[in-house]
Amino acid sequence: MPQYYQPEIETASRDEIVKIQNEKLVKQVRHVYDNVAYYRDLMDKKGVKPEDIQSIDDIHKLPFLKKDDLRECYPYGLLATDLKNCVRIQSTSGTTGKRVVAFYTQHDIDLWEECCARAIVAAGGTNEDVVQVCYGYGLFTGGPGLNGGSHKVGCLTLPMSSGNTERQIQFMMDLNATILCCTPSYAAFIAESLKERGYNPGDNKLKAGIFGAEPWTEEMRHSIEEGLGIKAYDIYGLTETSGPGVAFECSEQSGMHINEDHFYAEIINPDTGEVLPEGEKGELVFTALDKEAFPLLRYRTRDICVLTRGKCSCGRTHVKMCKPMGRSDDMLIIRGVNVFPSQIETVLLNEGYSPNYMIYVDRKNNTDTLDIDVELSPDRFSDNVADMQEMEKKLAAAMRTMLGIGPKIHLVPPKTIQRSEGKAVRVVDNRKLH
Amino acid sequence: MAVKQLSIFIENKHGRLSEAIKGISESDINIRALSIGDSSDYGIVRMIVSDLEKARNLLGENILSKVTSVVAVKMDDKGGALYKILRALEEAEINVKYTYAFTSNKQLGAYVVLRVDDVEATEKLLADKGFVLATDEEIRA
Repeated sequence: MPQYYQPEIETASRDEIVKIQNEKLVKQVRHVYDNVAYYRDLMDKKGVKPEDIQSIDDIHKLPFLKKDDLRECYPYGLLATDLKNCVRIQSTSGTTGKRVVAFYTQHDIDLWEECCARAIVAAGGTNEDVVQVCYGYGLFTGGPGLNGGSHKVGCLTLPMSSGNTERQIQFMMDLNATILCCTPSYAAFIAESLKERGYNPGDNKLKAGIFGAEPWTEEMRHSIEEGLGIKAYDIYGLTETSGPGVAFECSEQSGMHINEDHFYAEIINPDTGEVLPEGEKGELVFTALDKEAFPLLRYRTRDICVLTRGKCSCGRTHVKMCKPMGRSDDMLIIRGVNVFPSQIETVLLNEGYSPNYMIYVDRKNNTDTLDIDVELSPDRFSDNVADMQEMEKKLAAAMRTMLGIGPKIHLVPPKTIQRSEGKAVRVVDNRKLH
Repeated sequence: MAVKQLSIFIENKHGRLSEAIKGISESDINIRALSIGDSSDYGIVRMIVSDLEKARNLLGENILSKVTSVVAVKMDDKGGALYKILRALEEAEINVKYTYAFTSNKQLGAYVVLRVDDVEATEKLLADKGFVLATDEEIRA
């Protein structure tokens, strides 16, 4: 059984990897400087010229890109090639106002799918496997990424997309799926649904699962592994860099190898921007080394993380990142969807509610729940319960449109949500994720 | 003609109702009628009280309240009385949002309170059909 999808690069020596990174970075900085006016301005403002970047060691000289930059540049501002060279657009799930759209050339799609293929092979996948992909298909990168990776490996691919658990289980059992790709919470839900229907963990043919797009704990891993009778592997990625497959777990199941021939990772102090040495905890920053259409340099992910370069028993030499330990902003990941409290505030103001609210996130029966307490203003108070329920429904629908997931709205009397003097505490996350 | 109803918004939590009406209870105000509509999160308490303005002041600023006009119709104290009223409204296609009933010792009678969109039209219809409507003053007295 092959252990690696691309053995030469996945097990390359440190020197070889650095050599690849040096060459790719110098070329990429020139490409971005010449083609992306927005980033050229950032570099000019910082007084950095492409000539100043001679090797990967010079990367710290480059300016950072933040999510706000991406919003400002919507839709074409960071595009580094002609649209006629692009073949695909993917987009982030629900973001305030403008979404982030990412462009791909065929080359970009291929490298992304190769990264996913590495993850599938690392989870034991071969061309004999049946891969059931129940990440969402469409603008979301989860489905298309794993689907493409599965094709590259030569697996029989079941492009199920998300939802319809009844059908998922039927296909899983009837078509002998061996590898399951979805969010960890959906995997746990499927495990539970199988149990409810009287199946034992040994009744399915699954051997592995590749689970990502949301935070999950070791406890959750154990419960999924037990419930489905599989090995559960983590996968990491974000639309801004390509999608899932930026990093993936190997048989050691302790940290994810970053595909650092394509994505260079740094850990910085989120307050000062200073690069931190290996092993220190800080914000994860990615540079896409050879993407053509949407090549972000030094993109701040806001994920708090640690990088380690210790020897791995799987034989891969690429640097490992731990599971993200939190965020350096206030973003929540709920049912795999990125949610910012500011989006919730925007909807409340748009719909004429007071910006006093509390967000409660929890995980019940392996599904994330989102509850929002909203203060009722005097002019909206009706003595008729049906009118009030109609109001709650309308607000929940507006939230769903903005966030991509539907919250439960709770109307509370005015002035009952605590006012704070300093930074307001608006979010209570009762999930134990980190 | 219409009767003024006081509605207040409270959380559906232990002790909230008694807390809300504590001030009223300690005064000389009499609650003539009471009805509550609720969800799992909140309750809407509707009252007809003997002194509306005073009651509203006693609730204080922290309790969300509002005054709505409702129709109070006197019912005969015998079977089928409510049905007759509801049939009359139904025939005229008047939609009732909610309703509740109470009895008054002073007036020696039973009343049904109707919450409708068009109070005036509803009152005219019922009066034309021979129903007896209560005035705000009668109920409060």
